[in-house]
Amino acid sequence: MSQLLSKLASSDKHGEASPYFDGWKAYDNNPYHPTHNPHGVIQMGLAENQLCSDLIKEWIRKNPQASICTAEGIDSFSDIAVFQDYHGLKQFRQAIAAFMERARGGRVSFEVERVVMSGGATGANETLMFCLADPGDAFLVPTPYYAAFDRDLRWRTGIRIIPVECNSSNNFQVTKQALESTYLKAQETGIKIKGLIIANPSNPLGTSLDRETLESLVSFINDKQIHLVCDEIYAATVFAEPKFISVAEIILEMVHVNRDLIHIVYSLSKDMGLPGFRVGVVYSYNDVVVSCARKMSSFGLVSSQIQSFVAAMLSDQRFVDNILVEVSKRVAKRHHMFTEGLEEMGISCLRSNAGLYVLMDLRQMLKDQTFESEIALWRVIINKVKINISPGSSFHCSEPGWFRVCFANMDEDTLQIGLERIKDFVLGDKASKNKNCNCICNNKRENKKRKSFQKNLKLSFSSMMYDEHVRSPKLMSPHSPLLRA
Amino acid sequence: MGLLSKKATCNTHGQDSSYFLGWEEYEKNPYDEIKNPDGIIQMGLAENQLSFDLIESWLAKNPDAANFKREGQSIFRELALFQDYHGLPSFKNAMADFMSENRGNRVSFNPNKLVLTAGATSANETLMFCLADRGDAFLLPTPYYPGFDRDLKWRTGAEIVPIQCTSANGFRITKSALEEAYEQAQKLNLKVKGVLITNPSNPLGTTTTRTELNHLLDFISRKKIHLISDEIYSGTVFTSPGFISVMEVLKDRKLENTDVFDRVHIVYSLSKDLGLPGFRVGAIYSNDDFVVSAATKMSSFGLISSQTQYLLSTLLSDKNFTKNYLEENQIRLKNRYKKLVSGLEAAGIECLKSNAGLFCWVDMRHLLKSNTFEAEIELWKKIVYEVKLNISPGSSCHCNEPGWFRVCFANMSEETLKVALDRLKGFVDGPSSTRRSQIEHQRLKNLRKMKVSNWVFRLSFHDREPEER
Repeated sequence: MSQLLSKLASSDKHGEASPYFDGWKAYDNNPYHPTHNPHGVIQMGLAENQLCSDLIKEWIRKNPQASICTAEGIDSFSDIAVFQDYHGLKQFRQAIAAFMERARGGRVSFEVERVVMSGGATGANETLMFCLADPGDAFLVPTPYYAAFDRDLRWRTGIRIIPVECNSSNNFQVTKQALESTYLKAQETGIKIKGLIIANPSNPLGTSLDRETLESLVSFINDKQIHLVCDEIYAATVFAEPKFISVAEIILEMVHVNRDLIHIVYSLSKDMGLPGFRVGVVYSYNDVVVSCARKMSSFGLVSSQIQSFVAAMLSDQRFVDNILVEVSKRVAKRHHMFTEGLEEMGISCLRSNAGLYVLMDLRQMLKDQTFESEIALWRVIINKVKINISPGSSFHCSEPGWFRVCFANMDEDTLQIGLERIKDFVLGDKASKNKNCNCICNNKRENKKRKSFQKNLKLSFSSMMYDEHVRSPKLMSPHSPLLRA
Repeated sequence: MGLLSKKATCNTHGQDSSYFLGWEEYEKNPYDEIKNPDGIIQMGLAENQLSFDLIESWLAKNPDAANFKREGQSIFRELALFQDYHGLPSFKNAMADFMSENRGNRVSFNPNKLVLTAGATSANETLMFCLADRGDAFLLPTPYYPGFDRDLKWRTGAEIVPIQCTSANGFRITKSALEEAYEQAQKLNLKVKGVLITNPSNPLGTTTTRTELNHLLDFISRKKIHLISDEIYSGTVFTSPGFISVMEVLKDRKLENTDVFDRVHIVYSLSKDLGLPGFRVGAIYSNDDFVVSAATKMSSFGLISSQTQYLLSTLLSDKNFTKNYLEENQIRLKNRYKKLVSGLEAAGIECLKSNAGLFCWVDMRHLLKSNTFEAEIELWKKIVYEVKLNISPGSSCHCNEPGWFRVCFANMSEETLKVALDRLKGFVDGPSSTRRSQIEHQRLKNLRKMKVSNWVFRLSFHDREPEER
């Protein structure tokens, strides 16, 4: 049967047949609920922003005219219902451009005519690949990176991803040296590199790029005359220094850079917590790309109902200013709560200033520094500790032992319970280590800096039961990591 | 520019075609009853603007749907976060039922075989990605919707080979035309992966006959290829013969447990039937689980917004509404169709006899200077620039006979349609008629002036020669 289908449909480049879905399955089969299922699996693998929906709901209640379906807004119904112009509603584009500007502190301005719609950031990233690269061409992507890039950038476009390895020795910052050597190696094997794509702030690192790094990235791509795609969908989640710096600001200063190479991806899914509304944006400084991406947006236009609603909401400057402050504040609070809680039990995280998650360092808990051990630990965390988190290998992290844990997709109480469970697990683990270890155990602070690993560490797994089957679900789990970041 | 992809720099998106140029002219000078009565009237847009009042009144009675509420409880947060590519179950159920209702409940659809996409545009492209590799071909009967050139070929790298249909038999798909198209593809070294039909047809406005559907099923069965039936106009069938979906024929011929069943896929949308193109609601229905699975994953690139899914799930679950809407919509479409046809007749212009769609396939071959596409474009330009009507020339739909035009009738008010028909009549009757009407127009103006000033002039009017009145 499947030879009747295309190679695309029969391949697994969508990436969904990987073992990571067991975590999602565990959650689906046994989802936590404070009263109905207090021993269920807590979802901490979903990078969603649920922290500000109260503000949006309040705005909606006060602004019934923003909906075309209410008595106050129905006069616009028929005009909006027929509107399918791929340029998008002008007021929508104006509101998006203004929002993007405010999220960057007004330090840059965005042209309304360059705002192009897409089916979420998912659609935006794919569209840019279609515009910038032919099948077989490649894009450089610093690791660790968002798991679904494998699908979004490669599946239907036929392009290749060349990972640029980053490691914890410098907090996973991408270095000029890494870029140059990866580029060179690719060239030597005859691979045509068309550009570099980077998420800033990063998923899964939760860090935003500092000025020097951004400048050096821009210099690098300009030097090679390849494209730079900056996925800035977490821009408003930055809560500490360095303040968010958009590539848009950098090119204002670096006037010699070829602007035809610079493209931004944006979305309301993370900053505003509205992934269901599918609002993606391609913003390019290259006129041909704007024109092409706009035509391609036909394949994933933003529903006019949503355009009209978003136009109204984001033109309310007071609302926008307030929510941008609140997003940052509330993300900061959650971040502190979670990282401080982890610190108390001797677990450190990569130092971060943005994002809806942290990258937890569990290297000391691995049996050995291998990805097999990482997956083994991960299975224990899902099945025994009962929290769904994402192992670093799913983000192509070059070092085992890092796990991304989300903290903004549940209420505070649930997060607290998650922390408690981790604490029990970690302390239980430490207890068993103390029993089995023949070496001197490092204290909490040194654990953060230690370079050598305990050779005789053994985690006691005997009481833990986990299924070692790698099951590729026939029907996709609705909560798969490839649906959501 | 080697900097960009070939896709970005080619014109396979097809947007330099005449189909789109007419639109550009319209944009520069759009008709408005009051503000711009001499502007271009848009008759190139297959939109259904006839039945909004029905939806608006439903909304007025159902505020929950509008306000992110279910049984009075706010579900805003749920909707804001919902991005599951399996879609809202209540919406898929409602869509499956609605599709069934559109087919007189003669077939039923399983919501689990439905894939939601951002419009039929996305559905068609997605099916191509699932069924064809780069360089493979799909056979399409001509004339066909100009957007297919972009939707089916641009990013997928697939090819279209036409199945030539002619006015000799009302543009019906014949067995020999199918075979010829297949051979033509082979000559071009193209691997044929399937056939795509639009039923009811755009631009013809006709429903596919049972005979044609049987030919198609036999053909795809023999060649072991796919059939995509784009049925987005299924709710616009306003008169006999009724609509027969390929699904019904499969059922009637008891083919449900055969190979061919899995190779038939339907595309649907609410853009034409409900007149909601802005909401981007499309769907793929396939009996093949692999296709459903692959297409579902691909729908990530163009999901339907959760708010829209929720709104429409409540709308379409209201069976009173859907029944009434479908009936009333069809009555209104029929009336419009009749008005257009009689208006054209008055100008000595005939159409292909049709029973569906939002447009007519108009025969203006007798107005061509010569039986060529150059003459067709020349005529079309006159109609756009002088008569000020944007209609679609047959060549933009890949028709192989010059002189046919698609004229839409459901995207404007009745008054505007009348103005358009008057203009067309004026054009057809010739320049002398135009001059005559200009003189008449002037005379009436003077008459009005005279009436106002002095009743004596009225007496002198009656003394004038009869032919000058």
